[in-house]
Amino acid sequence: MMEYDIVIIGAGPAGLGAAVEAYEKGVRDILIIERDSYPGGILQQCIHNGFGLIEFKEELSGPEYAERFIEKVNKYGIKIMLNTMVLNISSDKVVKAVNQENGVMEIKAKAIILAMGCRERPRGAISIPGTRPAGIFTAGTAQRYVNMEGYMPGKEIVILGSGDIGLIMARRFTLEGATVKAVVELMPYSSGLTRNIVQCLDDFGIPLLLSHTVIEIRGKERVEGVTIAQVDENKRPILNTAKYLSCDTLILSVGLIPENELSKSAGIILDPVTGGPLVNESMETNVEGIFACGNVLQVHDLVDNVTKESRLAADSAVKYIKGLLKQEGKFINAKAGSCIRYVVPQTVNYENIDDKVKFHMRPTDVFKNAYISVKSGGKEIMRRKMQRMTPGEMILIEIKKDKFLDNDLHPVDDITFEVEVV
Amino acid sequence: MEKRELTCIVCPNGCHLVVEVEGKEIVNISGYECKRGLKYAEDEIIMPKRTLTTTVKAEGGHLPVVSVRTKEPIPKELLNKAVYELSRITVKPPINVGDVIVKNILSTGVDVIATRALYSK
Ligand SMILES: Cc1cc2nc3c(=O)[nH]c(=O)nc-3n(C[C@H](O)[C@H](O)[C@H](O)COP(=O)(O)OP(=O)(O)OC[C@H]3O[C@@H](n4cnc5c(N)ncnc54)[C@H](O)[C@@H]3O)c2cc1C
Ligand code: SF4
Repeated sequence: MMEYDIVIIGAGPAGLGAAVEAYEKGVRDILIIERDSYPGGILQQCIHNGFGLIEFKEELSGPEYAERFIEKVNKYGIKIMLNTMVLNISSDKVVKAVNQENGVMEIKAKAIILAMGCRERPRGAISIPGTRPAGIFTAGTAQRYVNMEGYMPGKEIVILGSGDIGLIMARRFTLEGATVKAVVELMPYSSGLTRNIVQCLDDFGIPLLLSHTVIEIRGKERVEGVTIAQVDENKRPILNTAKYLSCDTLILSVGLIPENELSKSAGIILDPVTGGPLVNESMETNVEGIFACGNVLQVHDLVDNVTKESRLAADSAVKYIKGLLKQEGKFINAKAGSCIRYVVPQTVNYENIDDKVKFHMRPTDVFKNAYISVKSGGKEIMRRKMQRMTPGEMILIEIKKDKFLDNDLHPVDDITFEVEVV
Repeated sequence: MEKRELTCIVCPNGCHLVVEVEGKEIVNISGYECKRGLKYAEDEIIMPKRTLTTTVKAEGGHLPVVSVRTKEPIPKELLNKAVYELSRITVKPPINVGDVIVKNILSTGVDVIATRALYSK
């Protein structure tokens, strides 16, 4: 059986970033396994700019951002096994993978870093009445077609869902000569970044229809049109607002979910809200020595945050193989309170905190001039003013080590994050 | 005096900018958190600019298209024209990230560069 100190699954920005960091922290025996024929993950198809402002203080496109890490991986001589699919991981850290050259392989790792990214919510997950003709694509698939394979899915397009991929594809289709008739969003707000609404929709006069949905798809062989309608507070279509839009293509931009089939095989417990593993402050899952970072853990809107998370996961994996990561200790639960959808990490081992812990979270709704209040045992331990919060933009809250102590200087049992509107 | 509200698109912070305009003169800009936002607000009133990202056709490479971008933002009104210029180009491998694909597109003084590598098939 092959053996490595660290095996990384996925060569997107999370996997590449983790590999570079582990190498720079002194580990040499690293293997990255990637099913695609080229490293870079989802960034390969994200040809728009807006990547790397935090990491490189430059505005790069997705492939350029990935290339910076690929160059380092190559320079350091870190081994990447491409065209190789991981099939299974066991809780004792044996990775089963397959490729054409070697058939099925078993690889033993001292530590594993999960970096498999996310996938698009399949079409079946949203049920629209009507026919099922050709011409319906998910936004990510359409993005791959246009940006990597060089062909357009259609000429007259309606986009359902206003997440970032949907917004970015609206601009892309328009520049390629198609007409985007509307971006239709069920919620009263867009889950995409405001800057994308400005530069992808407003710039091209594409209407964003909030609190609207597609209630019917028409067409036999190919999509001929869709019927859209406004929805009420309970998300039910208001039938007398129905309107027909002719189009040959419907793009579904309906959200991403972490890709965790493999994690389940290792006995990793998932958070029902994020869809990713439950992790502690070191990005370690409930299975000792298995870490997670990037979109497999929580769907990120900024790749720079993915890179930061990958560094933390790699640093922890390095500590783990050196026997420096404490498994025993006092665990503090981090909970999502009122108006917070989720918090990552979900637990904190007080013994492993260096200086502070960074928590990522998303609010359940749009809030203006509100506070994030962090409480423990009914007492507020921190408060931060937030000018504007939206579910589309992740919030980062840092908490210093001493804040986790109660009056008697014992670590607290749990801390709760909540939104307070004044 | 006219007040124009903008969302800064330079970085994902998306600061809310307020520009006060008197005729064609900018009187005051507020709401930015860094200098780049100030510059963006000025440009947006005088001459809005955008970075163009698109693809060009490729022949004999491992992919049928190569992604490209303008190295700097170009005037927004030239976006469509620039896309048209680029649609008439076909490139061949080898291409490295950062290679200039079109020099000085539409006399803007801005080059179009490749954002991904292309190898021979
Ligand atoms: C369409 C889109 C637009 C975005 N726009 C921006 C933006 O403008 N600015 C910004 O900063 N961020 C943006 N992001 C966010 C950011 O780019 C992503 O969050 C980030 O790329 C995720 O990285 P990752 O490594 O976790 O996942 P991925 O890039 O998805 O990488 C996961 C890798 O794992 C591999 N893999 C999965 N399962 C297996 C298996 N079983 N065996 C082997 N390999 C496997 C996959 O093939 C893939 O290469 C965007 C994201 C998307 C999806
Ligand atoms: S003003 Fe500065 S910080 Fe604010 S969005 Fe613009 S570039 Fe970002």
